[in-house]
Amino acid sequence: MTTAQTHKSDGIGKDIVVYVCLLALAGLQFVIAYQNIEASQMFVRMLAVAMVEAGLAVMFFMHLWTEKRGFMLFVIIFTISVLLGMQYGWTDSTRMVVGAPFSK
Amino acid sequence: MSQADLTMEGPSSGVTLGPAFSIPTKKLAMWLFIIADTMTFAACLVAYGFLRNGTPSWPRPFHSITNVALMTFILLTSSLTMLIGLRSARAGDKAGAFRWTLITAALGIVFALLHIREWMGLINEGMTLFKNPWGTGLFGASFFSITGLHLTHVTVGVIALIVVGVRYKGGRYNADDIEILGLYWHFVDIVWMFVVPLVYLLNLAH
Repeated sequence: MTTAQTHKSDGIGKDIVVYVCLLALAGLQFVIAYQNIEASQMFVRMLAVAMVEAGLAVMFFMHLWTEKRGFMLFVIIFTISVLLGMQYGWTDSTRMVVGAPFSK
Repeated sequence: MSQADLTMEGPSSGVTLGPAFSIPTKKLAMWLFIIADTMTFAACLVAYGFLRNGTPSWPRPFHSITNVALMTFILLTSSLTMLIGLRSARAGDKAGAFRWTLITAALGIVFALLHIREWMGLINEGMTLFKNPWGTGLFGASFFSITGLHLTHVTVGVIALIVVGVRYKGGRYNADDIEILGLYWHFVDIVWMFVVPLVYLLNLAH
């Protein structure tokens, strides 16, 4: 089945369900923003919700789910690998706060 | 799909290759652009997080979530209208596809206007790229850079929606072009899902 045929056979109902889920998840982020928790915990929770939202949108709105498996794996693995690679410097971000302005 | 799309003959004749991943070339190009743009936004957001994490006097200037909540709702809804437009195009309903594409563009314009209104509010409170009344001047630079980059994407998307919609109606573009533009529009929506919590919600004045 081609991508176009898949788009035709799926009803609009699935799109609306995903849309409502995304709205609910976006709402959840706003609820988390008013929780009385530490900023680091808030950051982790919001980021987790955002990743679920992004996953739903990529798979069902951008129809990555219906593409060839090889392409889907390429997009997911390549993107996540580079995004993870960008995280190497986080520990250095607290250098100024803890009073160590230069590497020791 | 033309034969030219299906075959790619190099200097060594007789070698025939199919399109990469067996998807149309234009669609593959859009996906590759989206992956590259993901890295751009990710780099901006990581740099922003780095600065915020390492700066004790980071400002929390946002008192209300009303505007950003409305902007989020509008952008998410525009993704749904984009999907409806694509379904109409796939079904051969040209008028419907054109209408829903323009509705998506209109929602994008409303989003951009709300964004500019919010910017003007912050600027009127004394926030610029280099200073603000609440704390480190880095906040203005990072806020305007990230939201400005996103707003630029929305603006480009709105223009593209109008152009592609009109050309689709005129018969120069087909449903595949609507789908490819839809990929871009959904990507802009996904970026906003990360900008909202990191740039707005973590900086609410409690």
